[in-house]
Amino acid sequence: MTTASVTAERRTSEASFGVVLRKVRNSYVLRRILRALFVIYLVATGVFFMVRLLPGNPVDVYINSQIAMYGKSYETAAAEAAALFSFDPGTPMWRQYVDYLVGIVRGDLGMSILSPGTSVVQKIALHLPWTLFSVGLAMIISVSIGLLLGMVMAYRRGGIIDHGVSTLGSVLHAIPNYLFAIMVVVIGAVQLHLIDFTRMRGHSTPGVTPEFSFRYLSDALYHATLPMVVYIFTTVGTWALVMKSSTTQILGEDYVTVARARGLGDGRIRSMYVGRNAVLPLVAQIATQAGFVVGGAIFVEQTFSYDGIGITLFQSINARDYPVIQGILLVITITVVLANLIADLVYSVLDPRIRTGERED
Amino acid sequence: MTQPTAAIVTPRASAVQGFFRELTRSKSGFVGLIIVLLIVGMSAIGPLVVDPSNPTDVNAIWGRPSAAHWLGTDGAGKDTFKQIVLGGRTVVFVGFAAAAITTVIAVVIGSLAAYFRGRFDAVMLQITDVVMTIPQIVLLAVMGAFFRLDSPLWLALLIGALSWPILMRSIRAQVLSLKEREFVEAARLLDLGTFRVVFGEIVPNMASYILINFIIAVTNAIYALVGLYLLGLAPLAGSNWGIMINDAWMKGAMFQNDALPYILSPVAMIVLLQLGLIMLTRTLEEILNPRLRDK
Repeated sequence: MTTASVTAERRTSEASFGVVLRKVRNSYVLRRILRALFVIYLVATGVFFMVRLLPGNPVDVYINSQIAMYGKSYETAAAEAAALFSFDPGTPMWRQYVDYLVGIVRGDLGMSILSPGTSVVQKIALHLPWTLFSVGLAMIISVSIGLLLGMVMAYRRGGIIDHGVSTLGSVLHAIPNYLFAIMVVVIGAVQLHLIDFTRMRGHSTPGVTPEFSFRYLSDALYHATLPMVVYIFTTVGTWALVMKSSTTQILGEDYVTVARARGLGDGRIRSMYVGRNAVLPLVAQIATQAGFVVGGAIFVEQTFSYDGIGITLFQSINARDYPVIQGILLVITITVVLANLIADLVYSVLDPRIRTGERED
Repeated sequence: MTQPTAAIVTPRASAVQGFFRELTRSKSGFVGLIIVLLIVGMSAIGPLVVDPSNPTDVNAIWGRPSAAHWLGTDGAGKDTFKQIVLGGRTVVFVGFAAAAITTVIAVVIGSLAAYFRGRFDAVMLQITDVVMTIPQIVLLAVMGAFFRLDSPLWLALLIGALSWPILMRSIRAQVLSLKEREFVEAARLLDLGTFRVVFGEIVPNMASYILINFIIAVTNAIYALVGLYLLGLAPLAGSNWGIMINDAWMKGAMFQNDALPYILSPVAMIVLLQLGLIMLTRTLEEILNPRLRDK
């Protein structure tokens, strides 16, 4: 970007264009958005070449299977494959690449092989909201509880809460989320009969139609309970521990002592002086974790048969439904990039030094 | 803080002694170390000592724990305890091998990128940006489907090759600050050569940090590996803890009351190993980072 603006500045005689570019370079928000777009572009490119270069070309696999299964001629099978994958091995690589990028911009990710007649975009639109709903809500709950616990722990270091949460946090952190999910099913549903696992499967009860009503929302929440419990329990301890160490560090800062000496109220010191500064370094971590939890959803959704994007990805990997795999990889990436982008923008609001400082990045 | 490296290198024996004294003083760190050593030891020595034949026994399907079968039997009447003893080798091996690969890549690239800066640094940062954006487990699942991962070494290579970016970033940040120190300048003035300055002077100063991150990398690798087994994306040949869980899940053993010991045993082994490793890192952090010790 820098080189582009430099060359552009050199070339343009009309000053207005150069001014705009300089503004873009100086605005933190714009720079950050451009970088996010660039990362998405790189990932899209990576996915494009991965599908073409890795062993097991999906087009050949599809053509061969069609010939073997239905005795179709090579030409028909190849034409079908071209329609499905929105690429045809005959056209030159750069042409395919441009078509692919144009397709992405226009929101066209090809058709699914597994479910004929469904486009990848439709398929993702059907499943992604459930993952975002369950993971997002769970993250909000987990982070809020974790940060509160962490602050309490930092204020009462060595107390019962501190020791209890530290130990529990380590143990919960040690349990991989999918094993936790399995344990919930084995112990909660099978051994103790506490959970009606068969009823809680899926993302909503059949027959309940999407509408903006209490009945629908409570049904959606009911079905999301188990995945959310797993996400919350496996992450909350980590947040508490991270927040504790961050708060502990802030409590030792001079400005906290000064604030105390000035006789400011405890509540004010806690929220404005300690809390705000302790949360600051965690914002980026929360965004990174969001990506991790979306990734972990592939296991948890599989265990609970929760129809989110994770289970869809798993099914398409097993069925070698390449267009869907490509599309989901891309969409998950965009989700994570957006999460990081939002975190960075929130950061720049919370900490003005980021906006004005750091020239080089 | 600015000790010359010589002071760190020569009294190695006493440093190691002091290190172990600190480690044994902390209860949780000691317990963690013991757990890890026991499980790693069992997995390494077990297959050499225990007779690998584990016959099916139709009369003892889903048997309860007894004197003959300490942890009961599985759906084919095979002894669960034997499977546990023999089934740790792949998990432990892949965990440590993948972590070693990740750590080496991260340290080499991270320190060189920070030391040279310039274009190499920029390209590496951009690559990590991209790799960190795709959830590692998703990428792993997709790559697992493309490649035939029929040996543990391939699994370790794949997991190791996909998980270095985060560590590389923190190593890079550390080197950026370390390379401004006096001892690095001294080494440079002595004209020791880039290789010796980076790997002889700078990297040893991060040894504790690298060790902690190595152990964290082990836990991450085991998480990824068992996840792959659970989804059936790693080859389900032979028997190990991950395959046992996959087996219990796929054959619906989860929903049988009698299968409880068979499911719980591998889960418990993996959780214990992870817990031991995490307890170890927490304690190591306290020992090696004195700032956390002020209680």
